[in-house]
Amino acid sequence: MGLHIIPYDTKINFVSKKNIIFAILIAVAVICLGSIFTKGFTYGIDFKGGLLLEIRTSGPADIGKLRSELSDLVQGEVTLQEFGSPNDVLIRVEQQPGGDAGQLVALNKIKAKLGTGVEYRKVESVGPKVSEDLIRNGIYAIIGALVAMLIYIWFRFEWQFGVCSLITLAHDALIVLGLFSIFGLEFNENAIIAVLITVTYSINDTVVIYDRIRENLRKFKKMTLANLINLSINETLSRTILTSTTTLLSLLGLYFFGGPVIAAFSLPIIVGILAGTISSITVSAPLLLHMHLREDNGLEKLSKG
Amino acid sequence: MLYIPLWKKILTIGICLLGLLFASPNFFTREQLENFPSWYPKSQITLGLDLQGGAHLLLEVDFDAVQKEQMASLADMARTTLRKERIGYTGLAAKKDFVTLTLRNPADLEKAKSLIHNTDKDVEITSAAEGQLTLRFDEAALRTRRKSVLAQSIEIVRRRVDEMGTAEPFIQQQGDDRILVQLPGMQDPARIKAMLGKTAKLQFRFVDMSINAEPGKTVPGVDILPEERDGKTIYLAVKKQIILSGENLVDAQPGFDEYNRPIINFKFDSLGAKKFGDATKNNIGQVFAIVLDDKIIMAPHIQTPILDGRGMITGGFSVQQAQDLALLMRAGALPAPLNPIEERTVGPGLGADSIASGEYATIIAILMVAAFMFIAYSFFGAIANIAVVFNLILLFAALSVTHATLTLPGIAGIALTVGMAVDANVLINERIKEELRNGRKMLSAIDAGYNRAMTTIIDSNLTTLIGVALLYYFGAGPTRGFAVTTSLGIIISMFTAISLTKLILAWWIGWRRPTHLPI
Repeated sequence: MGLHIIPYDTKINFVSKKNIIFAILIAVAVICLGSIFTKGFTYGIDFKGGLLLEIRTSGPADIGKLRSELSDLVQGEVTLQEFGSPNDVLIRVEQQPGGDAGQLVALNKIKAKLGTGVEYRKVESVGPKVSEDLIRNGIYAIIGALVAMLIYIWFRFEWQFGVCSLITLAHDALIVLGLFSIFGLEFNENAIIAVLITVTYSINDTVVIYDRIRENLRKFKKMTLANLINLSINETLSRTILTSTTTLLSLLGLYFFGGPVIAAFSLPIIVGILAGTISSITVSAPLLLHMHLREDNGLEKLSKG
Repeated sequence: MLYIPLWKKILTIGICLLGLLFASPNFFTREQLENFPSWYPKSQITLGLDLQGGAHLLLEVDFDAVQKEQMASLADMARTTLRKERIGYTGLAAKKDFVTLTLRNPADLEKAKSLIHNTDKDVEITSAAEGQLTLRFDEAALRTRRKSVLAQSIEIVRRRVDEMGTAEPFIQQQGDDRILVQLPGMQDPARIKAMLGKTAKLQFRFVDMSINAEPGKTVPGVDILPEERDGKTIYLAVKKQIILSGENLVDAQPGFDEYNRPIINFKFDSLGAKKFGDATKNNIGQVFAIVLDDKIIMAPHIQTPILDGRGMITGGFSVQQAQDLALLMRAGALPAPLNPIEERTVGPGLGADSIASGEYATIIAILMVAAFMFIAYSFFGAIANIAVVFNLILLFAALSVTHATLTLPGIAGIALTVGMAVDANVLINERIKEELRNGRKMLSAIDAGYNRAMTTIIDSNLTTLIGVALLYYFGAGPTRGFAVTTSLGIIISMFTAISLTKLILAWWIGWRRPTHLPI
């Protein structure tokens, strides 16, 4: 016999608590938005352009000395950071003047200074044109995903479902973006992946709940909408929690054992999936109450799918 | 007994066996695979540059330079065409994207227009009554020209990279003005960059020794070009007219002269040999210059006619320089300069570390998911875990067969897929539990569980695929790797989590004939 992690007769009244939940989530969203607009993002070189070198020195690296040596060589800010072990250093150099050519000149200067005694584990130089493209593509991808999901849900369910899921998804995306802004995590290509995974994962949970609402709308024609939504959320609660747990477990595996690059990649996805799961349960379905589901469309129309 | 048609059983088992077969080459070394029978699949997963180490260069074709050159040659054409017919003009100038001139006699307007038009049909001519002409290329011609410049650049890049003996380079057009060059295993792309940074336009032109060449001076009909000679820079007036260019070369090889100095031996094609023969025969005692990218490499006196189309360049090179130059001559000139706008290199150490930590983390992730599934659903969890194993095997097979590239985010994608793939089983199992609670009999509960969960599974997986498809469309290299593994994993999970688990369940029921379900 398997363990009943969520008892099957769970009956949490999500709908009655929706105003408190909405208030909390709106507050969180406002904090995230505030941080994004005031503090902004710590852009990685993908989006800002610049140089990035990951080096391994033969002994523990003297970061202070390296920093002052390198700062004299190039323009703008140079940041150094220990990366995983005392022998590994991550060097970031701001976008250099003189476009792509200036960038490469600076890279050669740094390499000449560091000499042959260090192992170059990674060297990246991204020019201004490329970073503009990458950031534009990132924005397109996120907006495109949101629109595509809206259309899909609209097509498979009804427009009210589409609108509610879009609000939920935008909220989830905002939380992940807020995480990057508030904690100053490096905002790069992987951040876009994190946002998109969050969105796709959240829509997944939402769809499962909506599926059940649609089914119950057909089954219980007399039930009040509030009770029906509550029932549907509770019926799918076990699945929602279980699936999120398996996904979070694999992500935690990546976070703790995958090394610094994979860890940085999985952390925002973990937060995003948590946010997506919570918002799917507490927002996407209760929000339908405000959409005049039955008055607008009539049950017959809703039952077609 | 759960009824599954025979063809479906055979298909399900067949797909799993094929998956095993096509995934298996990844567990052998290349050498071992060589000794396997010829029918045995041999393609392995391609590792991205971030995992195997190597250099990634994104080059941009400098179309501004192309345009400048185009306008200069358009101005040249107008000059020679009008001079030939003795039509007077003033103020001939090449601008950014057009050429202007003013005819001395506005009556020549129509004649001049038709002359130019007949020389080059792609030129659009607009004119004012005072005899002012504006020449530009029409849109279609420009587009065609851009396309051919890009295609030609890619071809030359490919030749140069191949000539350098790089293992399995990957060269591809990106957008409409960029070339992506990926060089697995390459540690320091400095030499490649230097080699790709030269257009390597080779020209043979006469030197006008009567002109006192000074840098910065402009003399009609000649270019003042520099030459490095014995550590000093001297300048010569080189006639604009080109006797021969690199296009007529058929071979160039590094070698040594009788004093053991590095030289380059070259050979013209038959047309080039004839032109070179004529030019040298008629100009004994003159000086000609071998010009590479507007620098003189060598400017010898013509002592005897060179009729066999062979020659050598002694430019005081080092061995490496001679080799590189010969390579550039062989590979041909780039139609436009290429500017590196993005460069990423990953050392083999980091690549190996990434694979190791990625593998380790993925295995732990899978074990945790498997343990959890077993705790949550006991026997049904075990079946789901078997499905996950086959999901991974089929994913490996699909990655090998399609030659998709596995990147570090791709490895993370595999782990994430595992977490998401069991979702289908969670949905099915929860449904079965529910149907049992609603009082259905065991077999009909299983059937209903699978059937009812189906729409939900398809809906939820399709939305995921939409998101991942957008990632692929807009993402760069490593991101695409993530999109590829995730989407393949999800598609495969629809098969393993549904068809395969149902088959295993049917066998188990036929074998044990249970009275209740251990779920």
